[in-house]
Amino acid sequence: MKFTRKNILGIADLSREEIEGILETALMFSEVNTRAIKKVPTLRGRTVINVFFENSTRTRTSFELAGKRLSADVVNFTSSSSALSKGESLLDTAKNLAAMQPDILVCRHSCAGASHILARYLQSTSVINAGDGSHEHPSQALLDMMTVLKVRKKVDGLRVAIVGDISHSRVARSNIYCFQKMGASVSVVGPASMMPSAIKDLGVDVHYNLKQGIEGADIIMMLRIQMERIKQSPFPSLREYSRYFGLNLETIKTLKKDALIMHPGPVNRGVEIDPGIADGPYSVILDQVTNGVAVRMALLYLLSNAQSMNL
Amino acid sequence: MTQILNKESFEEAIKKLAEKIREEQTDLNNIAFIGIHTRGVHLSNRLAKIFKNSGVNVQQGILDINLYRDDLSQSSDKPILKETKITFDVSGKIIYLIDDVLYTGRTVRAAMDAVFDLGRPQAVHLVVMAKRSGRELPIDTNLCAITIDTKQDDSVAVRFEETDNVDEISLFGKGEQI
Repeated sequence: MKFTRKNILGIADLSREEIEGILETALMFSEVNTRAIKKVPTLRGRTVINVFFENSTRTRTSFELAGKRLSADVVNFTSSSSALSKGESLLDTAKNLAAMQPDILVCRHSCAGASHILARYLQSTSVINAGDGSHEHPSQALLDMMTVLKVRKKVDGLRVAIVGDISHSRVARSNIYCFQKMGASVSVVGPASMMPSAIKDLGVDVHYNLKQGIEGADIIMMLRIQMERIKQSPFPSLREYSRYFGLNLETIKTLKKDALIMHPGPVNRGVEIDPGIADGPYSVILDQVTNGVAVRMALLYLLSNAQSMNL
Repeated sequence: MTQILNKESFEEAIKKLAEKIREEQTDLNNIAFIGIHTRGVHLSNRLAKIFKNSGVNVQQGILDINLYRDDLSQSSDKPILKETKITFDVSGKIIYLIDDVLYTGRTVRAAMDAVFDLGRPQAVHLVVMAKRSGRELPIDTNLCAITIDTKQDDSVAVRFEETDNVDEISLFGKGEQI
């Protein structure tokens, strides 16, 4: 595999070969994460800045651990404690950070395309998109793919159902691209008020009924309702949403025996998923989190390698 | 190209290596082999098989040293990582690092760092098929099947049946196709 990219901005840009290469690399990093001393010297002397303009626990911690386990110096930057609250623009902040010569910026922002803008203006710093608005969240899709591959070995021909707030979900978008590129077929399921009108253009089946939507699915990916992005409530009450689109013990009765239930987190127990299912036998939710660190190590490693080659 | 060891002498050389290790160690129950990808793993397997035939089960591990290289800054276009699998505790063990060729010594340096990240072995030894000229670090071993005087532009190829369909060691001069 040849990996020469400067940035990881979205799954839409990546080829199947690149996705497979990243995941193979990530599998090798899984081994490091099971050691007593979880650290290798590979990125010694490199600097990674996590620039998070939006809250995050999992993704930021995961990127931070990934960097540290590779011996990179990792700096975390959150918007609430930054010059942003003093009126500085995104680009100015990024240029200032870049002036300190980091090797990689990991960026999360509430606006779609934020990472792309940074990548365009920063000549010698790689940018990883850790979520841009409702657009993409590539490392999440990669860790989801890794989780599935670890269990199922092959993704070709699998049926994936993504359930919930499709409109506002960058996880949905990245996963639609990722699973399709890897040969799976994807359905999206949710209330019409949370379904983008042009979603069919992505080549997915659209369902407005949970039972029909998840019938025969090998993978069910539940999404959180992105309240922070929703201005007007798309349904009468959470209870009603939960009743029609929440995964409960009744709805999973018809699932395939080897189906996998996934969730990118944070989980709203009792809303989109019954607590018993989140902790139940179909669930691989915590495996997703474990694999996330390995996937992010792979991204940091591959980008650093590509930087060295392009020097 | 000059063939230095052919199939028969290759096999004989591995047997002698096993013998040397056996003579060196009084406590064979405490030794472990760690093969360095790719051909070090083959040599490790062959040595372990010889030990097994004489009733000694040696624990074996596999090591990829890519994460410990000193040249990520000028590394190749192949960032491919291979499997590292060392399922036993290296602490207190007498470790034999096993590779095909000892050249600059940088691979061995990286391998030692990798092993020490996993624990504190009692001792680390190095076993190679071919020891050639060109050391860049103070690393050496007596546990080698053959020592070859080489010029800087020479290449030494140690080939194993397992991946190369032939057991042999050959020397290639400048410009000769490997």
